[in-house]
Amino acid sequence: MSAPLSRFRLRLVLPALLLAFSICGQARAADPIRIGELNSYKAQPAFLDPYKKGMELAVDEINAAGGVNGRQLELITRDDGGNPGDAIRVAEELVTREKVDVLAGTFLSHIGLAVAGYADKRKVFFLAAEPLTDKITWSDGNRYTFRLRASTYMQVAMLMPEAVAAQKKRWALVYPNYEYGQSAVDTFKKLLKAAQPDVEFVAEQATPLGKLDAGPVVQAIADAKPDAVFNVLFAADLAKFVREAQTRGALEGVFVASLLSGEPEYLDPLKGEAPVGWVVTGYPWYAIDTPEHKAFLDAYRAKYNDYPRLGSVVGYTTIKSLAAGFAKAGGTDTEKLVEAFKGLEVAGPFGPFQYRASDHQATMGAFVGRLGVKDGGGVMLDPKYVDGLSVLPSDAEVKALRPAAD
Amino acid sequence: MSVLTVRSLSKSYGGVRALDDVSFSVAAGELLALIGPNGAGKSTCFNIVNGQIRPDAGHVWIGGREVTGLAPRRIARLGVGRTFQIAAVFGSMTAVENVQMAMIAARGQSFGLWRPAAAHHRQAALELLGRVGMAELAERPAATLAYGDVKRLELAVALAGEPVLLLMDEPTAGMGAGERGALIALVRELVTERRLAALFTEHSMDVVFAHADRVIVLARGKLIADGSADAVRADPQVRAVYLGSGAAMAEEDGHP
Amino acid sequence: MSLDGLLFQALNGLAGASALFLVAAGLSIIFGVSRIVNLAHGSFYMLGIYLAGTLAGGFGGAFGFWAGVIGAVLVVAALGALTEIALLRRIYAAPELYQLLATFALALIVNDAVLYLWGPEDILGPRAPGLEGAIDLLGRRLPTYDIFLALVGPAVLIGLHLLLARSRFGRLIRAATEDREMAAALGVNEKVLFTAVFALGAGLAALGGALQMAREPASLSLDLAVLGDAFVIVVVGGLGSIPGAYVAAVLVAEVKALCIALGTVSVGGFEVNLSKLTLVAEFLVMAIVLIVRPNGLFGRPQPPARVAGRGEPPLRPMGRNGGIVALGVVAALALLPLAEGAFPYAPVLAVDMLVAVIFATSLHFIMGPGGMHSFGHAAYFGLGAYGAAYAATQLGAPTFAALAAGIVAAGLGALVFGWFAVRLSGVYLAMLTLAFAQIVWSIAYQWEAVTGGSNGLFGVWPDAPLDTRAGLYLAALGGALVVVLLLRRVLFAPFGYALRASRDSPLRAEAVGIATGRVQWLGFALAGALCGLAGGLFAFAKGSISPEAISVGRSIDGLVMVLLGGVESLLGPIVGAGAFTLLQDSVMRETDYWRALLGALILAIVLIFPGGLMGGAARLWALATRRAAR
Repeated sequence: MSAPLSRFRLRLVLPALLLAFSICGQARAADPIRIGELNSYKAQPAFLDPYKKGMELAVDEINAAGGVNGRQLELITRDDGGNPGDAIRVAEELVTREKVDVLAGTFLSHIGLAVAGYADKRKVFFLAAEPLTDKITWSDGNRYTFRLRASTYMQVAMLMPEAVAAQKKRWALVYPNYEYGQSAVDTFKKLLKAAQPDVEFVAEQATPLGKLDAGPVVQAIADAKPDAVFNVLFAADLAKFVREAQTRGALEGVFVASLLSGEPEYLDPLKGEAPVGWVVTGYPWYAIDTPEHKAFLDAYRAKYNDYPRLGSVVGYTTIKSLAAGFAKAGGTDTEKLVEAFKGLEVAGPFGPFQYRASDHQATMGAFVGRLGVKDGGGVMLDPKYVDGLSVLPSDAEVKALRPAAD
Repeated sequence: MSVLTVRSLSKSYGGVRALDDVSFSVAAGELLALIGPNGAGKSTCFNIVNGQIRPDAGHVWIGGREVTGLAPRRIARLGVGRTFQIAAVFGSMTAVENVQMAMIAARGQSFGLWRPAAAHHRQAALELLGRVGMAELAERPAATLAYGDVKRLELAVALAGEPVLLLMDEPTAGMGAGERGALIALVRELVTERRLAALFTEHSMDVVFAHADRVIVLARGKLIADGSADAVRADPQVRAVYLGSGAAMAEEDGHP
Repeated sequence: MSLDGLLFQALNGLAGASALFLVAAGLSIIFGVSRIVNLAHGSFYMLGIYLAGTLAGGFGGAFGFWAGVIGAVLVVAALGALTEIALLRRIYAAPELYQLLATFALALIVNDAVLYLWGPEDILGPRAPGLEGAIDLLGRRLPTYDIFLALVGPAVLIGLHLLLARSRFGRLIRAATEDREMAAALGVNEKVLFTAVFALGAGLAALGGALQMAREPASLSLDLAVLGDAFVIVVVGGLGSIPGAYVAAVLVAEVKALCIALGTVSVGGFEVNLSKLTLVAEFLVMAIVLIVRPNGLFGRPQPPARVAGRGEPPLRPMGRNGGIVALGVVAALALLPLAEGAFPYAPVLAVDMLVAVIFATSLHFIMGPGGMHSFGHAAYFGLGAYGAAYAATQLGAPTFAALAAGIVAAGLGALVFGWFAVRLSGVYLAMLTLAFAQIVWSIAYQWEAVTGGSNGLFGVWPDAPLDTRAGLYLAALGGALVVVLLLRRVLFAPFGYALRASRDSPLRAEAVGIATGRVQWLGFALAGALCGLAGGLFAFAKGSISPEAISVGRSIDGLVMVLLGGVESLLGPIVGAGAFTLLQDSVMRETDYWRALLGALILAIVLIFPGGLMGGAARLWALATRRAAR
């Protein structure tokens, strides 16, 4: 008698539970400045875990120092579900229910673009932290969207001096088959052709993202007998590619220029197999001696007992940028904030940089160096900081690239 | 004039002749039994007439029109109702809805998108259910009916299109002895009353000999006898081939 | 490209084929015996690679690698057995496909468990001791581990063949694959057999994963990446055919290797980069194979397993009370914008729920009454969304015209794909629809000029008066009402009856003169067209559209909504879509491990209400009325 009864009760409890879920989440007092942050935490955990830690570190620091304009910062983070549809709903939730003052975040380009479009439509300030696509500041740029990280174009341009200096004639290209890979390769081809008109592109492998068939791809590249390779693969695809290339000796004596491969997120999983000699962009946290970075590094290690990844820097700098913007605008009014961000000077772990008024792009740069192996792990040797401003097109050129925005 | 005419049907499966030059016909108002041991080709013959299988050679005419090789639904629309060895009805519909569905299909109204199906042919369907003795069960879901009732429902469904020819593949399989006789007696009445041509296969000899106007016998794909119940029962070839000996037939016949 | 080069790439392909085969073989055996569409199969593979890496490190030394592989296989096989005993066994009596819902929930939970246990970073495992190097062949270097892998596939194939052909266990598996009732009649202990089969299948998946640790890092996205491939291999090879799975794995791997090897080629003056084709190669292969050979390369026609809808209760109109309640609910929903001040997020979330309702209701139409289990309904959602977005942004169409364009695009797509799909049935139909969806996805992903490529189309905002939150919400409410009422009307009309008749008994339906093929085809097209409205509304609600709108994930979401609500009830998809959207929106905010929480909730619902929420409600109602009567 009691067993069926308890099962019966359970059937009543569950719908009640479901209902309870829908009710929670009411707006609280609006005293602190509320930053609504959304990102693909579930889809891209390797990058975004450290990113979140970086943001929280910055919020703690700022609040401990008395906040901005006397107001504390409050960070509200949300998972964007890894797709633009959910992301827009989450952005709406942050804006309408949580009444946030600004939006920030996003990692994947198409989500960044979707949220940027939303920000423009609803006139909400949006600082795109991670997405690399050139479109977000150029062809699809809008008044309310600014971007922190060095774009695809900038990352490629940073590698160009080394690529040109290598004096190689036969280049092979390998990249993930989506916008980031395509536009990186397009930019690379354009810039290299301009610097070195007799260059020849002998192979072009566009691989499905996350599903690289490493053996055949490495072999196809080797069969084309290139004397240099431009690589855009990252994460698991990069690890597969590197191991397969080493086993097959496919890239022996071949010059390799590779995007993002020096970032700890992608370099560290390779451990002792890091491909020695590749010229990469990245973040050599162990080899940056500036006082700004040292302060950041110490604070990060003290708080988390772990070393920072590039994501940590991006997260940290996102919050620092917003704080600087609020301070300059004297509040959170969206239009004032937009004006404040134009030419906003920010001090980050990589040193001072600014948000350009012409295309809303931050000039925070990245490091370029050669990969080596030290103590069983990959490192960037002789890293040099490349200022973002040095690789960006001029304000006049940008005007043509940014048709619809002010 | 015969409703169904079958001429020189042949069908082989991987070298085995399932049907070999079989010809027969059924007239309106005639109940024809097709009998034969297992594997004699009865089901193949049925499925060719019904359109489910294409013959290797031969022809089928229904009401003077050649239907050889037509799809089952086209043959159905020419006025052929059939029942299956394992009764097939629409499990998610009530008994009366089953019959209504069949009437809707027979009149080419299956693609109607607006007027509810329940409003189509309801009276006629209830009457037909009453005719097969299922008036009380009209609103019962077909999936919950007893097997005997499912068989009767299937008969109603087969009759819903006002067929000129009724094909019944072992209509009494899986039924008790009493139910069997009753069902075939009902069919007998319907055949007479509606001037139907009916062809059925049946294992139970007493049912066959009690009700069929005429009996044809298949053995190893060949037609070996065609005649009245008495004539077939007396045919030595039938007695020899059918079940291997005459004794078995006599037993089934109820005359030990 | 030289002949040597092609030959060498063919060898590369064989190594890749082995990996595919191991996962697919396990899936095939599980499906063959239990008819379970196991969405957690990729999770077993992923657990295999993570566990093997960890164990190999733990054991250390030259034998650590192999001990890690064996250990991972044993642990995952035990997990498979546990899954079957603790979870699936409880819901075998539920309508078909409910096990799919359970394994979907399990996959969500496993993914978060792996994140919790191993952390977010990719983990590159050790190389195989003794097989680190490469040999010289045809002037190139072939990794010895690739040779080893290329041999593992055939070895496992032969091993499985011997197991199936010679052992009693194998004979039972074959008997159960061919005819479950017959096997049960032969005195097979079904419970033990199912558990053992699940353990075997899970173990094979883990073996496939574990052996990959020398070639690729363990990462959290492996489960889904592998799952799709495994289904393709199983279906191309023919369900239940192990040699078929091997041949299919070789076929798919070789097609991909060939595309990669040929690279960029010139066709009539056009430069075509064939390496881009690897994005959809397996789905193109599957679509072609299924169109030419409806049962796969080596498959036999499926035995009619359990007839869907056999026990489904007849449709009943709502009656006066139900009608009044429905009217009240609609009126309350229409007044929702008045509460926007107090609940500003309500119309936003409600739009997503209404879009989900249209999506799920149209899928239910073909899945429930139609009996066609579409695993690719996102294709029509995507066609509708892209059609509307393209019309609005590129052609400057007003919002309503753009929505109509989306419906037309989706309807045309469904008309074309449906024509092929209704020729198949069961899982083959499901997989062909999935292949079509993947092909549509890849076109959206690659046709930069029209679809905006992987980023999609932007600036898809509705005109006034739909450009406010309330305006769009009311439009979505209107659209959902029209779709729900229209499909309901059609279901009660002769066409809906003919559709159910074709599902209940195709034999009987044809025998009474129903053109089952055409009925199913038009049903498929109607559902696809209406689904296009969901896509169009979605595009306008989000202001953008990207290829994810057509992803496998969205198709699976649709299945989950329909099953969660209850496939045997007309209210089921509405309740399921609402509940799923609400649940997902809520849990995403509650915890970092929201996938696991969502999975656990779905699992709880499946275990407590094996027929979905509406199935549970119906049972509750029956219980309550019986008590009242007493």
